[in-house]
Amino acid sequence: MMTPELSQVFWLYSIFAALLFITGLYCVLATFNLIRVLVGVEILIKAATLLIIVCGQLTGRQALAQAIVITLIVIEVVIMVAAGGVILCLYKHNHSIDTRKLKNLKG
Amino acid sequence: MAMEILLLLGLLAAALWTVMTTRLLRSVVGLALTSAVLSIIIFRLNSPVAAVFELSVCAGLIPVIFITTISFTQRIAKSQIQERRRERFIRFFLLPVIVVVAGLALLRWLKIPALMLPAAAGETDVRLLLWDVRHLDLLGQIVILLAGAFAVVILFKEPRK
Repeated sequence: MMTPELSQVFWLYSIFAALLFITGLYCVLATFNLIRVLVGVEILIKAATLLIIVCGQLTGRQALAQAIVITLIVIEVVIMVAAGGVILCLYKHNHSIDTRKLKNLKG
Repeated sequence: MAMEILLLLGLLAAALWTVMTTRLLRSVVGLALTSAVLSIIIFRLNSPVAAVFELSVCAGLIPVIFITTISFTQRIAKSQIQERRRERFIRFFLLPVIVVVAGLALLRWLKIPALMLPAAAGETDVRLLLWDVRHLDLLGQIVILLAGAFAVVILFKEPRK
C-alpha cells in the first residue's frame, strides 16, 4: 500500500510532469518553425523521462527505470539527429523551415 | 520537500522560457538548462546513472546538434523581426496562463488513489540489469543507432554526376 508521504511525492511529480507535457505539446502545436517543433518534442520526452524515474522510485525498481531511461535517451538522440538532417535537407530545397511554406509534397 | 518543489518549479520555468523566447539559440540554451535541472532531479531520485546520461547527452550533445542545424540555416531579415516577435507573442502569451490554470486545477482536483504497489524487487545494479536482463533493449539501441547513421548518410548523400 502506498504511504501518505509516497502518495504526496508521486502526486507532486506527476502534476509537474503533466505541466511539462502541456508546455511541450503547446510548443509543437503552436509553432510553424521546424526546429521549434523539435524543441517541443524534446520537452515532451523530458516529461516522460521524469514520470518513468518517479514511477521507478515509487515501486522500488530504480534500476529498471534507469535502464528504460537510458534506452529512451539513445532513441531521443537518434531521432534528433535524423530530424535535424531532414530539416537541413528541407532547408536546402525550400530555403525555409517554416511549415507554411513547405508545399512541395502537396502534389 | 521544499528543495524538490524549488527544482520542479525551476524545471517548469526553464521549459517555459525555452518555448517562449523569441531567438532560436536562446531556446536551445533553455533546453540545455531544462535538461540540467532534470538531471539534478533524477539524481535526487536515486538514479545516478540515468542522471549522468541525461546531463551528458541531453544537456551536452543534443544542444550541439540543434546549434549545428541552426548554424546551417539563414537569419530572417531585420525588417521581419518585429513582425515575427508580435506574431509569436500573440501565439504564445496564452501558454503561461494555461500552465498556471492547469496546475491549479490539478492541485485542486487530482486525487491519487491508494495504489497497491508491488513488492520492491531485489534489483541489483543498473549495469547488471541492462547487460543480463534487458539485453534485447541493447540490441534495439544498436539497431536504432545504425538506422540513424544510415538515415544521415542517405540524407546528405551527394547526387552522382
